[in-house]
Amino acid sequence: MDFFDRFAVPHPSFLIYAAMVGIGLTMLAVVVGITYFKKWGYLWREWITTVDHKRIGIMYLLTALLMLFRGGVDAIMMRYQLAMPENTFLDSQHYNEVFTTHGVVMILFMAMPFIIFFFNFLVPLQIGARDVAFPRLNALSFWLFFMGMGLFNLSFIIGGSPDAGWTSYFPLAGNEFSTSVGTNYYMIAIQIAGIGTLMTGINFITTILKMRAPGMTLMKMPMFTWSAFIANVIIVFAFPVLTVLLAMGTMDRLFGTNFFTTDNGGMDMLWANLFWVWGHPEVYILILPAFGLYSEIIPTFARRNLYGYKSMVASMVVISILSFVVWAHHFFTMGQGPLTNSIFSITTMAIAIPTGVKIFNWLFTLWKGKIQFTTPMLYSILFIPLFTLGGVTGVMLAMSAADYQYHNTMFLVAHFHNVIIPGVVYAMLAGMTFYWPKIFGFMLNEKLGKWTAWLLTVGFVLAFIPMYITGLDGQARRMYTYSESTGFSLLNMVSFIGAAIMAIAFALLVYNIYYSIRYSPRNIGSDPWDARSLEWSTHTPVPEYNFAITPQVASTQAFWDSKKNGHELFKGDIEKIHMPNNSGLPFIMSCMFFVFGFAMVFSIWPVVIVSLIGILACLVYRSFEQDHGRYISVEEIKETETRLRGAKNEGR
Amino acid sequence: MKELFPLKQVMGFAFSLVLTVVALMVYFTDMSYTMGMTVLLITAFIQAGLQVVVFMHAGETKDKRSIYVNIYYALLIALITIFGTLLVLVWDM
Repeated sequence: MDFFDRFAVPHPSFLIYAAMVGIGLTMLAVVVGITYFKKWGYLWREWITTVDHKRIGIMYLLTALLMLFRGGVDAIMMRYQLAMPENTFLDSQHYNEVFTTHGVVMILFMAMPFIIFFFNFLVPLQIGARDVAFPRLNALSFWLFFMGMGLFNLSFIIGGSPDAGWTSYFPLAGNEFSTSVGTNYYMIAIQIAGIGTLMTGINFITTILKMRAPGMTLMKMPMFTWSAFIANVIIVFAFPVLTVLLAMGTMDRLFGTNFFTTDNGGMDMLWANLFWVWGHPEVYILILPAFGLYSEIIPTFARRNLYGYKSMVASMVVISILSFVVWAHHFFTMGQGPLTNSIFSITTMAIAIPTGVKIFNWLFTLWKGKIQFTTPMLYSILFIPLFTLGGVTGVMLAMSAADYQYHNTMFLVAHFHNVIIPGVVYAMLAGMTFYWPKIFGFMLNEKLGKWTAWLLTVGFVLAFIPMYITGLDGQARRMYTYSESTGFSLLNMVSFIGAAIMAIAFALLVYNIYYSIRYSPRNIGSDPWDARSLEWSTHTPVPEYNFAITPQVASTQAFWDSKKNGHELFKGDIEKIHMPNNSGLPFIMSCMFFVFGFAMVFSIWPVVIVSLIGILACLVYRSFEQDHGRYISVEEIKETETRLRGAKNEGR
Repeated sequence: MKELFPLKQVMGFAFSLVLTVVALMVYFTDMSYTMGMTVLLITAFIQAGLQVVVFMHAGETKDKRSIYVNIYYALLIALITIFGTLLVLVWDM
């Protein structure tokens, strides 16, 4: 094959060329725009080199929203393709690429950065810390994730996207059946992003264990911090499996090893097995922080403290262990015997118990509460019944004998979207709306927000409930078309209409952000929702040192107690504050990772070696670098405090 | 002088050398497969424990408890993964 042929997209179509032009023009517009407004210096000093957990968080949020759009477009394309029988909108190859990237983008590049945005922004504020334990590592985490994301999206226009499903099972993902470089992109882009996520896990475990405010014992942490802690523990124990798995897959594809081949002693089923050893805990990495957010939102708007704090914590600890013992339920039909399937059936059903405990705790929190139907609360209330529906179909799927009927049908697709969308996506949108005033200093419009929530719900029900029915009738997932005689067409059309309504809801969300930036009042103070935990006790916008004086904590809702029960949060005088310096190294190193990844995908070995040396040089430089951070003087803190307090009082 | 001499570490080092020699014996002597694997597994686990406790100083600080909880948790997950995989792919296939 000619050297440059490899870079061409193997199955070009009008859509791909249009996207290429679109991406090219957007990139050009961004570069020209930044140059025109002379923002390069600002961008470099304030964002690219930043180690501030709040700014890194915001960058995660922007990436997540961008990827929500990108994955959403994939979804609409798939639903349109299936809306009519024998549709020719996408051909089979293109459809394969679309569902593969939809899965990867939504899970790894939308949901993951969204929850990591909440970790970054909230955890240090909730525990009364100045930053995370390793601020520079945090910046490296973000940039590695970002470069992995960039590399993965590059596959769309250079060389072709991965097409073996987001699970990328071998032998389909092997060289024999996936000849394009697409699956190389999958292996290497996710590897780079995954390393970043693993670092995030280590960082936040350390932060939560070591940097809590005085008086905050583990059992006095806010519930979101607890959920973040458990999720990060799961990250640290699950992601190494993915790292090893992807390394083995890369070696199979690039260096001719035989881990997952069907001959020479390879075992293709080992991929499925190890993928889900990571993949199932990953589901809980996503859902636990979502539960944590609901546990913050529901007490705030029910005006009661969270019911059953201890049982909430206990249920999460139990989930963290159970999440590692259920993975085989993803492949009940692979051929293992009934004994194994029975064991994994039972462990899977057991997960419903701690999850049920949490659902009842939220219901008991609502019981006799003075409920305020704000947008975040609306999402939370809608979440409970919809998620329960997803949970019940999950128990159906957990029955291994019955699973032979559901396996690989749209029933399964309906089930996991039914837990992920009301579970994770609603939590992300609710949390985003809830914390928006803390992050940006103004609230999102409530009316538009409620419209978004309702439209999203109507769209969701229309899009996914029909899939349960067609799935039970035998419509297989990942089939790019079907004949009219199957009778699936009507329900699939309903599905498409639902998906379109969800797209409108997303557009409304974007419009809401635009509208609120322009018209929302800025004089809202630092605690617009009358909330309960520590992050609301500091100013809005949050100063870079978070708290001028480290707060003293005596209960799970220290801020509420300080408002209502006379607890004194900030004792003592302002002292100078030690803060980390900005650094460009994480960004530079991640760029080298990007070059390394790209060269690996196309097997350009000289570039691989040079970029590896570059990465190593960055590591060595960091090891010998002397950087003791800087101090913010007492005068400067007092000045900032006066300014921020003034702004707040003006509003009252 | 006695307080300055890292007796524990030196003893640990000697012991880990012994463990290495025992593990090497599997290669140089003519053991059965089962016997060899048993020796390797046992020495490997003792070696790992030794590294964590003696050289990485687990249990010498205030957060002893969280360190050990983490290690036991990791061990539990690793064992579940290995034996679960064996169950799925070998014993019950």
